[in-house]
Amino acid sequence: MPDPQPASVYDLDHKAEVENLATFAVLVDNEPGVLHRLVGLFAARGYNIESLTVAETDRNAHTSRVTIVTRGTPHVLGQIEAQLEKMVSTRHVQDVTRDPNGLERELALVKVKSLGAERVEALRVADIFRARVIDTTHESFVFEITGAPNKIDKFAELMRPLGLVELSRTGVLSITRGADAL
Amino acid sequence: MTAHQTITAPEAADTEMMSGAEIVVRSLIDQGVEVLFGYPGGAVLPIYDALFAEPRLRHILVRHEQGATHAAEGYARSTGKPGVVLVTSGPGATNAVTGIVDALMDSIPLVVITGQVATHLIGTDAFQECDTIGITRSITKHNYLVKNVDDLPRIMHEAFHIATSGRPGPVVIDIPKDVQFGKAAYQGPQAVTHAHDYRPQVKGDAGRIAEAVTLIAQSRRPILYTGGGVINAGPRASELLREFAELTGAPVTSTLMGLGAFPAADPKWLGMLGMHGSFEANHAMHDCDVMVALGARFDDRVTGRLDAFAPTSRKIHVDIDASSIGKNVRCDVGIVGDAASVLEDMIAAWKAMRLSVDKTALDEWWKQIEVWRARDCFAYTPDSKLIKPQQAVERLYHHAKDKDVYITTEVGQHQMWAAQYFRFEDPNRWMTSGGLGTMGYGLPAAVGVQIAHPDSLVIDIAGDASVQMTMQEMATAIQYDLPIKIFILNNEWMGMVRQWQQLLHGERYSHSYSESLPDFVKMAEAFGAVGLRAEHPGELDDKIAEMISVRRPVLFDCRVTKEENCFPMIPSGKAHNEMILAQEARDLGSIIDDAGKRLV
Repeated sequence: MPDPQPASVYDLDHKAEVENLATFAVLVDNEPGVLHRLVGLFAARGYNIESLTVAETDRNAHTSRVTIVTRGTPHVLGQIEAQLEKMVSTRHVQDVTRDPNGLERELALVKVKSLGAERVEALRVADIFRARVIDTTHESFVFEITGAPNKIDKFAELMRPLGLVELSRTGVLSITRGADAL
Repeated sequence: MTAHQTITAPEAADTEMMSGAEIVVRSLIDQGVEVLFGYPGGAVLPIYDALFAEPRLRHILVRHEQGATHAAEGYARSTGKPGVVLVTSGPGATNAVTGIVDALMDSIPLVVITGQVATHLIGTDAFQECDTIGITRSITKHNYLVKNVDDLPRIMHEAFHIATSGRPGPVVIDIPKDVQFGKAAYQGPQAVTHAHDYRPQVKGDAGRIAEAVTLIAQSRRPILYTGGGVINAGPRASELLREFAELTGAPVTSTLMGLGAFPAADPKWLGMLGMHGSFEANHAMHDCDVMVALGARFDDRVTGRLDAFAPTSRKIHVDIDASSIGKNVRCDVGIVGDAASVLEDMIAAWKAMRLSVDKTALDEWWKQIEVWRARDCFAYTPDSKLIKPQQAVERLYHHAKDKDVYITTEVGQHQMWAAQYFRFEDPNRWMTSGGLGTMGYGLPAAVGVQIAHPDSLVIDIAGDASVQMTMQEMATAIQYDLPIKIFILNNEWMGMVRQWQQLLHGERYSHSYSESLPDFVKMAEAFGAVGLRAEHPGELDDKIAEMISVRRPVLFDCRVTKEENCFPMIPSGKAHNEMILAQEARDLGSIIDDAGKRLV
């Protein structure tokens, strides 16, 4: 039999890998300290948290859904998923980013303070982005906008020169298309 | 169901009202617990009261809560059963922290019950209050604060399930004092509904197992690299490992935590691998073409320089913990599962697929291994006047090997010499602090082992610095008439610190010499134990024989050469095949580069 002499796959340098954003949907038992446990895991192992949303989603089953956006090389993201799975309080982990059926939405409240032509332009831009006006004064608007995170980034970027003074974002929520549930 | 449950019929138990403290005691009994290690205090007094007249539970009173956790670890490691600890709130809990982390790092099943101030006092900075749950969250597999006594039966039974299944680990249950007094209906282990859906994967994927055995059959230079996971998987895993090694003819090496899973007497045994492992084990790891990691986690002390770790190999990694696979080292075939279950399936697949090894290639491989083995990496030069530490362990092994012996260690040079010169034929005989590296582990661990195995020979191979960290547990050994043997390799230094200062810091021995040491013989006598001292090679054998024959706790002050270094050694930042032997170690400082010095 010929000596296979396999080339090593281990000399791949993790540092050379590109960091990507990833969104994990985590179903956890809703019990005191569960969020601390999850956040503590990220802190202790040096993972990033870009955004985090959490709320109870099933009162009878005592489960909460956590959506966590993080950044890392494929190796680190794999570790994050495995470490999340390992928590006793975890029921399911789903990498929404890798799922072609993954949907991501975020809600933002955007306060814009401007007068005259800028005020009119702000309204026009909001219309294009299907943002709703939920409060107004003679010199300001509060817009409500939902969409993928990059849509909100884009909206905020356009509003900045038009008098954006305050931005509040929920962080990313996620779900998958189709009939299958997490 | 345990035998204890026959005392009360399960139906009656379902409706039986008990206090929280009684629920704790009853749950322990129903879980088959026979021994717990603890220390009373204000916030656990109700539980201690429930223990007062309880004949089914044996409580071992330690002298410090750290001792309780290490004793429970020793008990667990040597029996395969979970260790149970009971301590009070505040300082009781914080003192237990070191042992809890130690158990997490080395995957030891512990259930640690801590008292807490009454629920209405939590958050008021009450006397002996601390945020036990917050402190222990990242150092446990799971933890609980019991706010309602109705939850207590469920939590008690769930804690044992979590601690012992999957990758074992410590679970903390923090019970406020008012919950211990509160009344609730008791439910037995079978009656409770678990709140957590915790079902770790035990059986490995059949496709991956087939892939793995095919890879092994095609290999020319295979090696089995086994770890603590094989021990944790139970004695059956060790038997299966022997069978699998026999089938494949592959050499076997093991981590510090895995010693004993494969018999040292078997010619296929290469000895421990890693920083102070054997020359043949490390070279075989470096040159292998297929590596089978079984219940081992590619710790930095094992791999050495990662980018030069076994560069020509394909790696199969079997681990119960999915997060261990691919964590430090990428593997080609990752199998999540229990070591015993996967080994069983691998053996079955090997036979079903009628696989066989390439005999010629394997013979070549063994020829090469014998060349490495012939270097005799553990050779040392005995001295006519002074006892060499290696010699001390070797003689100890000679006297103990035919006995029913269990070994614990502290952490440092003596630990490595024990791993190198003491040879283990069976699992669960070797208790050491591997992951956390806790000085002070060995003496209390020996207490726990001796409690579990009262008629066996239990020896703590210790260092003079480590042993002082938990010396108070000698009083525990006396109280319970535990004939543990504390064999101190006394060189008056923190030996491993001294070695690193010599080799890496230009012989600047900063604060590593103990200018004042107790007289260990007098100290033994003060505790009520036997003190022995050996200072010359000529008296070593007689003194060791005396130590073993005494049916009482012994502190053995073995005076060894002061400046002996632990070799062979993979210098930090180097690869397995750059391992250096004692005779080459004159100028290690120039071998290790600056990057290596920054590694621990």
